[in-house]
Amino acid sequence: MSLFNANNITKQFSNHTALKSVSIEVPKQSIFGLLGPNGAGKTTLIRIMNQITAPDEGELFFNSEKLQPKHIYKIGYLPEERGLYKKMKVGEQAIYLAQLKGLSRNDAVKKLKYWFEKFDIGTWWNRKVEELSKGMQQKVQFIVTILHEPELLIFDEPFSGFDPINVNLLKTEILKLRDDGATIIFSTHNMESVEELCDHIALINQSEKILEGKVSEIKTQYKSNTFTLEYSGYNGSIKSITDNQFEVSQTSLEDGRYQATIKLNNGDANQLLGILIPHIKIHSFNEVIPSMNDIFISRVAESNASKLN
Amino acid sequence: MTILGPLLMAAMMIVPAILATMSDTSDRKIAVLDETGIFYNKLQNDEHLQFYHIHSDLNTAKENLKTNGDYALLYIPKTEVALPTSAIIYSEKQPNLDTKSYIRRMMGKEIEEQKLLIQINKLKLDEADREIAMDIPISIKTSISLTTYKLSEGEGEQKTYTEIAMVIGIFTGILIYFFIFFFGAQVMRGVIEEKTSRIIEVIISSVKPFQLMMGKIVGIGLVGLTQLTLWIVLTASIVGVFQIAFKDKMPNQSAMVMNNTQMVQGNALAEVSNDESDLTAVFEAISSINFGIIIFAFIFFFLTGYLLYAALFAAVGSAVDSEADTQQFMLPITIPLIFAMIMAQFIIRDPEGPVAFWLSIIPLTSPIIMMIRIPFGVPYTELALSMVLLVAGFLFTTWMAGRIYRTGILMYGKKPSYKDLYKWIKYKG
Repeated sequence: MSLFNANNITKQFSNHTALKSVSIEVPKQSIFGLLGPNGAGKTTLIRIMNQITAPDEGELFFNSEKLQPKHIYKIGYLPEERGLYKKMKVGEQAIYLAQLKGLSRNDAVKKLKYWFEKFDIGTWWNRKVEELSKGMQQKVQFIVTILHEPELLIFDEPFSGFDPINVNLLKTEILKLRDDGATIIFSTHNMESVEELCDHIALINQSEKILEGKVSEIKTQYKSNTFTLEYSGYNGSIKSITDNQFEVSQTSLEDGRYQATIKLNNGDANQLLGILIPHIKIHSFNEVIPSMNDIFISRVAESNASKLN
Repeated sequence: MTILGPLLMAAMMIVPAILATMSDTSDRKIAVLDETGIFYNKLQNDEHLQFYHIHSDLNTAKENLKTNGDYALLYIPKTEVALPTSAIIYSEKQPNLDTKSYIRRMMGKEIEEQKLLIQINKLKLDEADREIAMDIPISIKTSISLTTYKLSEGEGEQKTYTEIAMVIGIFTGILIYFFIFFFGAQVMRGVIEEKTSRIIEVIISSVKPFQLMMGKIVGIGLVGLTQLTLWIVLTASIVGVFQIAFKDKMPNQSAMVMNNTQMVQGNALAEVSNDESDLTAVFEAISSINFGIIIFAFIFFFLTGYLLYAALFAAVGSAVDSEADTQQFMLPITIPLIFAMIMAQFIIRDPEGPVAFWLSIIPLTSPIIMMIRIPFGVPYTELALSMVLLVAGFLFTTWMAGRIYRTGILMYGKKPSYKDLYKWIKYKG
């Protein structure tokens, strides 16, 4: 069951195409990563999803209903470039922004107090925004985004500008929000966070979607049947043992240990181990699972190359 | 811009001058009913004013004025003792300043000549009489007081005070000019701040750009209105206190009016009017002004004029990234306002001419120019037309600004050209 559907979204600005027939499907209660190089069209897609701009072609659905203005109360959006009114007091401003999302004043105050305490910025309630450090301002912005407990949360580069401790805080909160029932879309260049958080992703390059799906499935897809082996007890190339059946690359480590990366072309791991065990002492044996980072880079390169042809 | 700037500057100086000469070209005939006989054939015509003498009674003359298309009727009542130093002008429209001062000069010159003759004649007296005669001081210099009455369609006539109307007109015109500029600029600054602090990105997901723009315009407008109301209330209270404090020194208002009407019919006016104290004259003048209409008009023209210009200011703010970049767009907005202020000096001299009419109708200049005209009295049809056009004007600029705003607030970097702005207006939602 998908919470959000974008079908064949096309958007053109005066001299370039931002999105060309892009479709994504965001399953309910998933954490969905929207990835892509700079200028690919992610922010445009996000703006369209938030009804800030309208697509030239295509349709959007929220919970199987056509996307309408009333849905803004069910969506929380944290933009990439975000700011606050400098001269306004923090508490006042947070209440105002919460009310814009449909919360009553009383509700807003109660919830804000809770979150401010949780994030340890309670003492800043009456200060002007310009007196806060950037990190604190960002905390305030995050709180305001989630305050009205929306079904769908959209974060555009949420980790940018946060120090490692706050990045961690953010990650914990995102997971908790998902566990409490929210669906989360976020776009980022921080591939580590994608590894840790996302269960679905979509990859956009040059205004087209070039990859979409469950993270685990994608990784399986990109697996190259490669393994790393750490061993000792044999000085020389393993190739001689394996008889050139597999692709092997080897490096020596300290103390007589070696590490080898073996690509099993058509064989399987057990077979390999069977061949090696009589000759070496095995310290570790692991499958190489491609990182999202690697997948990103290779897929984009593929796509660019095919465009040139 | 380097070429456009000087061109615009030159135009600002040349165009008003051309327009000013335009309004003066109509020939004006003035009927002179001179009961004293002194001025017969003594009033010289100038390029626009033609004097011709009539012999009838006052009421017939006034009736004729309504139908014969003359500019005015100059009535010089008979005097018993002294030389005539005052006269009354009846006209349908407010006689303009130049005409009044011309008549004053002509009459004054004649009276001064007469006085000189008297002095010279005194010298011809024999010694004994001469001494007595010379003891009676006569000042040669004469100032003529002209009272103006506006004849309306029916039976009524209303005393008018050109000078006071001028002062009030200019004053309110300047006030509107400043208010529109001041609060309009605040709107622009607010829009730019939202853009540079990026709060716009946060808010824009909750409200439509048009709502945000209108909210800002209306909010700042209300601030302006509050300030205005405060000023009006405070000024009215101070004037009220003043009036109460000086109540005893002032003759009763209604008695004053009655006296004047009687004196017009009689001859005492000629000899007595110069004795009127200045204070009473001022109060009488002020009370002749219809403050109700002025205040109502001021609030209306301020609000609608502000709405018209504030929308433009909002559009400019949304198109740029910083206040420094606003310069090139400010010029076309400020030019109509400055032009109106420059033309103001000509309008007060000729508040009923064609230039005044057109400038008080065109929405860009009407807030200022119409305010200047109102103390002189403006026909209700013209006022209504001006108001309707102004409302249409601000609806149009708001619509146009809305379309520029909703694209401009998300655009950063390149400074848009006028062509870009035009494209933004055409973008679909």
